Amino acid sequence: MAAPDQRAEVFERIREALQRPAPHRHAAHSSGAHPAPDDGLPASDEFRDWLPSVGITLDEQIELFARNADALKAEFFQATTADDVVRQLAELARENNWKRVATHAHPLAAGVAEKLSLSLPPLFTAPGYPVAELEQCDAAITGCDALVAQTGSVMVSAPGAGGRALSVLPPHHIVLARRGQMVPDLTAAFRRARELYAPDWPSFLSFITGPSRTGDIERILVLGAHGPKRLTIFLLP
Amino acid sequence: MSTHVQDFKRMASRYTADLRHRGLIQRALRSYEVKRDENKQRFQSWEEARQAASEIKWEAINHLDRHLQELITKLEARGTKVFVAGTGAQARDYILSVVKENNVRTIIKSKSMTTEEIDLNEALEHDGCTVFESDLGEYIVQLRHEKPYHLVFPAMHLTRDEISDLFEKELGSEPTSNPEELTMIARRAMRQNYCRADMGISGANFAVAETGMISITENEGNARLTTSLPKIHVAIVGIEKVLPRLEDLALFLPMLATAGAGQALTCYNTLYGGPRQPGEVDGPEQFHVVLLDNRRTELLADPEQRDALHCIRCGACLNVCPIFKNVGGHSYGTTYQGPIGSVITPHLRGLQDWKHLSNASSLCGACTEACPVGIDLHHHLIQNRRNANQSKPSMVEKILYGLFAFQMRDPWLYRISGKLAAFFYPLHRLIKGTTLDPLINWTKTREFPAPAQESFHDYWRKKKKESPDGRS
Amino acid sequence: MKVSLAIPCFVDQIYPQVGVSAVKVLERLGCEVDYPEGQTCCGQPPFNSGCWDEARAVAEHALEVFADSEVIVNLSGSCGTMMKIFYPDIFKGTAQHFAALKLAPRVYEFSDFLVNKLGVRDVGARFAGTATFHDGCHGLRELGVESQPRELLRHVRDLTLIEMKEAKTCCGFGGTFAVKFPMISTAMDEVKCASILETEADCVVSNDSSCLMQIEGLLRRQGRSTRCLHLAEVLAQT
Repeated sequence: MAAPDQRAEVFERIREALQRPAPHRHAAHSSGAHPAPDDGLPASDEFRDWLPSVGITLDEQIELFARNADALKAEFFQATTADDVVRQLAELARENNWKRVATHAHPLAAGVAEKLSLSLPPLFTAPGYPVAELEQCDAAITGCDALVAQTGSVMVSAPGAGGRALSVLPPHHIVLARRGQMVPDLTAAFRRARELYAPDWPSFLSFITGPSRTGDIERILVLGAHGPKRLTIFLLP
Repeated sequence: MSTHVQDFKRMASRYTADLRHRGLIQRALRSYEVKRDENKQRFQSWEEARQAASEIKWEAINHLDRHLQELITKLEARGTKVFVAGTGAQARDYILSVVKENNVRTIIKSKSMTTEEIDLNEALEHDGCTVFESDLGEYIVQLRHEKPYHLVFPAMHLTRDEISDLFEKELGSEPTSNPEELTMIARRAMRQNYCRADMGISGANFAVAETGMISITENEGNARLTTSLPKIHVAIVGIEKVLPRLEDLALFLPMLATAGAGQALTCYNTLYGGPRQPGEVDGPEQFHVVLLDNRRTELLADPEQRDALHCIRCGACLNVCPIFKNVGGHSYGTTYQGPIGSVITPHLRGLQDWKHLSNASSLCGACTEACPVGIDLHHHLIQNRRNANQSKPSMVEKILYGLFAFQMRDPWLYRISGKLAAFFYPLHRLIKGTTLDPLINWTKTREFPAPAQESFHDYWRKKKKESPDGRS
Repeated sequence: MKVSLAIPCFVDQIYPQVGVSAVKVLERLGCEVDYPEGQTCCGQPPFNSGCWDEARAVAEHALEVFADSEVIVNLSGSCGTMMKIFYPDIFKGTAQHFAALKLAPRVYEFSDFLVNKLGVRDVGARFAGTATFHDGCHGLRELGVESQPRELLRHVRDLTLIEMKEAKTCCGFGGTFAVKFPMISTAMDEVKCASILETEADCVVSNDSSCLMQIEGLLRRQGRSTRCLHLAEVLAQT
């Protein structure tokens, strides 16, 4: 028989513990007390003053994103039309012998996936999709919610990228984004997520920063630990 | 004497003598330091960021009742089952009840130090479940039946050849010294487990009160897979993981990555706000969040050390600690190693049994300097020493330091003692290095200097005599 | 300027030449040096062991000895930290708290005093050879002493300063830690000495004699002849 939930007891302990005030401390001078900030918590806009700087114009942000993606070993291409994307992916499909891709009900992603004309039609992640078949797909083509210039990240969500597994199970993840989806930093990305979803938040929201990796063996970087080994991002107008 | 301190001394002696091991760890951590510094440089002001992070955590912890309540309310509003566990045993029991109710047989786990803390794996296996650790480092130490070596890098202590031998023995794979091939072996082994497991268990790095979400930071993608495919997701989260606002992550995620792994941002930072919502194509049908106290409220009740709960489990303090670098993660015998482990384990598991970890420090302060949320780690170690002494004074030290104080309060007595020491020191040569040597703990490995025949005080007296006006 | 010297007990008893050198340097720079003769020890050993009653007993005496000193120059980062940072802590809630708070701002570590209080970087020293600097942890992290010793050393004629990789890594002394956990202390010492030897410097210089005792202790056991000098000893040479 499971123990009953202890929230009443735990909250009681918390309240009692907090009756004794703790000093504020200045992080840099640990032995000195620091006056409490009188204007409340630092606003997330203030973080911009301390986090790595990002250019103001969209072009600067795209350039920064491109540099970051390169450092992360993600592939980043600026394409003019969806057909450009199809052409490049068809090339990849030939080189890597793709039999099947997976995608979701996203006009751009689905359109590209279907035009690839592989030996099997694309798998769509709709409710009840066969996981075993997703596992066999060579690549996943998804949309996204935002691209983050500061970190080279792709923000995805359950509604925006076809669920949780699509963008992480197949070994190659291909993201289709539009210029208007580029945001300067994480603060702006969270703001964008709010605009898109609050208060009906999706159950899953993720920042993907490069292909999957691990340093667990002698601290040597290896790509494709469990998630996708390759991440390709296309930016369309 | 507690056996924990005996174990610690034994392990520490073994590991400090193992030069190969020390070299491996030093090299690993040096490469981390280079990358960490590169990424710190990218910050416009790392110190201001630290101060902000410290303030946000102060708010979260010092108003924990409010933020924790908001977290629970928001989680439950979207269909998450929240269980607040007062103790580790209660957390285990709850999870076992979920296992039982749902006929769970196979479990996949992503890395969670909290599950280590409550010995969850053993309980699940005892119950008849098969538990797979999906994080590569955790998977490796699981196969070796070892505890994690480091709270961020569980297999830091192993070479590729050792891992190859392990995989060959446990998985029947071909030996290889290529890290990529070894990783692919683990990837293949784990893939089917993601698809077939009945339940996924994770920890969390943060819990956002404002939106009712937990946040998981990882590089491999195993946590995402653990929480995508199984029908049930159970997350175990220490109550101190709370952050007030969603946007706080814009600061904490880069800082965790930089301090913890020397990266600008880790590969996957994922927010989970509930079980599969209407309209979503996949995701668990059940989402359980177990909020764990397990004596954290005792630490909370100590205003002097409350900031130890600000910890974001980045491991930066381990990475810079010269003791950790020389004795390694297994010597500690605790879930949480290094400076943070030495600070909090006395609160979580008992002061008298674990005070030795606070003693085994030169108090260099590198940990406090490295901590991204500004925890006063090395001063907490001294406070632990004081608290241990106050609650159970050592007779030997009481007498020794009593005499010491008596002597030091009397300049004349101090000087006489000095003269006597200088006088009798030549005799030390006779017993140096033997069991009679009171300085054996020093002279075993280092030369000890002879006291000066003329102390500074003697020099000063002479100087005053020669030139009474004080000039030389 | 009138300066009171705080001579750590192990400098008084084991390394008096460090104190003598400090007097030389300060007088050369025009200071009137005073040595309150009643001083004994700052109380750090019992403090570090958690025996704060005994630490307070010793520290009380120090508070009395230095009560009238306007400026106190301490030759050790760890003793300086004890007086400047920890005295206010241990006397909190006691009758001596005010005295401890009054003392703290008057305490200076030696190199910090020269550079930041006297405003001097060139003390007219000459010392031929190569040297590497070891940062004592207390001075570095509690008192913010990092650039000061290096600036002073850079102005010493004929001296070449070489940075070692592990300059800021703890040498492993840590007070009673060195004898309570000798195997860890020695391992840390090994890392430090290896880094020193890697620079091939003639000498290692530090602003803390307790660190130098630890470093020299191992170097000599290893049969190495690298000289181990306190900053004051180098600056005293002309």
